[in-house]
Amino acid sequence: MLSKKNKEALFNPLSKDNPVLVQILGICSTLAVTASMEPAIVMGISVIAVMALSNVIISLIRKSIPTTIRIIVQLVVVAALVIIVQQFLIAFDYDVSKQLSVFIGLIITNCILMGRLEAFALNNRPWPSFLDGIGNGLGYTIILVIVAAVRELFGSGSLMGFQVIPQWCYDHGYENNGLMILPPMALITVACIIWVHRARNPELMEN
Amino acid sequence: MNKNSNIYQILYSAIMVVLVGTVLAFVYMALKPKQDDNIANDKRKQILSAIHIPTMTDQQVKSTYQKYITAEMLVDEQGNVVDSTANVAFEVDMKNNVKASDRKLPVLVSKLDDGTTKYIIPVYGAGLWGPIWGYIAVGADGKTIYGANFSHESETPGLGARITDDPDFANAFSGKTLYKDGAFKCVEVMKKGQQPTNGADYIDALSGATITSRGVGNMMQQCMALYDGFFKKIQTQNANN
Repeated sequence: MLSKKNKEALFNPLSKDNPVLVQILGICSTLAVTASMEPAIVMGISVIAVMALSNVIISLIRKSIPTTIRIIVQLVVVAALVIIVQQFLIAFDYDVSKQLSVFIGLIITNCILMGRLEAFALNNRPWPSFLDGIGNGLGYTIILVIVAAVRELFGSGSLMGFQVIPQWCYDHGYENNGLMILPPMALITVACIIWVHRARNPELMEN
Repeated sequence: MNKNSNIYQILYSAIMVVLVGTVLAFVYMALKPKQDDNIANDKRKQILSAIHIPTMTDQQVKSTYQKYITAEMLVDEQGNVVDSTANVAFEVDMKNNVKASDRKLPVLVSKLDDGTTKYIIPVYGAGLWGPIWGYIAVGADGKTIYGANFSHESETPGLGARITDDPDFANAFSGKTLYKDGAFKCVEVMKKGQQPTNGADYIDALSGATITSRGVGNMMQQCMALYDGFFKKIQTQNANN
C-alpha cells in the first residue's frame, strides 16, 4: 500500500516539494482566501477533494485519452468536480459557500490541479495518483492555513472567528492592522514563509 | 485503434461530455430542495436582521421568522392592499418585480416584542458588478427607518461588499426619515462631507466604494418612492387616531 515511492508522493508535497512554497503553484487563491481561517480551511478541503478525485479519474482513463485533447479532458473533469463541490457547499454549508462564492469556481483555474494532472496523474497508476493529490492538497492547505492564521490574528485580532487578542490590549491603544486583510499582505506573508522554508532546507536554494 | 485519429477524438469528447452532463444534472436535481431551503432561510435571516433580530442557527430561523413577521401583503402604488395571503410578499422575486410595468409592491408587517409594528420593504437595485438588494424596516409612523439590511451578489470584498459586512453602514440608516415636512424625501447616501441639496436626511457613503454606495442611494430612492401612497395612507391613519 505505502511503498517508498508512494510515501514520497504523499509526504514530499508537505515540505520538500510543497506546491505553494517550492513549485510556486496556486499562489492566486492563496492571496484571495486567506483573510480569515474558516474560508481557508474550507477552500483547502475542497481543493484536496477535487485534486484527489481528479487525479484518480485522469489516472484511470490516462491510457484512453488522446494526447491532442488531453488538456480539454483534464479541464472537463476538474470543472465537473468543482461544480459538484460547489453544489454540495450550497446545500450543506450555505454561509461558507457565500463567502467563497467566486473562489470555488477559481479552483478550476488553480494551477496546482492542472500541474499535478499533467506532471503526475497522466503517467502514474490511480493509487499513487490519489496519494499525490492528497499530498499536494494537504501541502497547499497547510500554507493556506498558516497564512490565514497570521492574517486573521493581526488583521482582525481573532482566530477561526473567536476573539484572541483581549479587550484590554485595545483599551491600551493596540489596533488591528487593516493592511493585513488586504491581498498584498498575503504575498508578503507567503514570501516570509518561503524565506524561512528555504533557510531550513538549503538544498532548495537556487544559486 | 489509433488514439489520435479524428473519429476517436470526436467520439471521445462526445461521450465524455454526455457522461459529465448526466452526472451534473443528477447532482443538481438531488441537492436542489436542500439548496432552496438554504436560500430561503438566508432570505429570512436578512429580513429579520432589518428589524434587529440577531442571526441565529438555521433551525431557529423559520420559527423566529413566523413569530415576528405577522402579516404579508402586496399593495399598489396608491397604497391599497391587493393581496394579503400568507407568504405572498416573501415569495416575490424582486428581480422581476422591479421590471414589471404594473408593480405589486410587497410589504412585510412585523410585530416586535415591545408591541410596535414595523413595515419591512424589500428594495432591489444595481451595484458595481451585479445586483444589490436589501430590506428596509419602517416604523409605525410610516416615516422613520427603524433598521436596514443590505446584500449583494458580487460586490468587491473589502470595498463594496461592506454594505453587507460592515454593520455600521446599515445601522446608519436607523432613525433617518423618509419624509420632511410631509413631502417624500428619501434618505440619501452622500460622499463624506457633502449634504443633499433638498434637505433630506443622509448617511455617509463608504470610502472606496463610490459606485456601490451610489447604487444603494439610487435603490433606496427608486424603490421607496413607489411606496409613497402606502406610507401616506399610514400617516393619515395615524393622524386620524
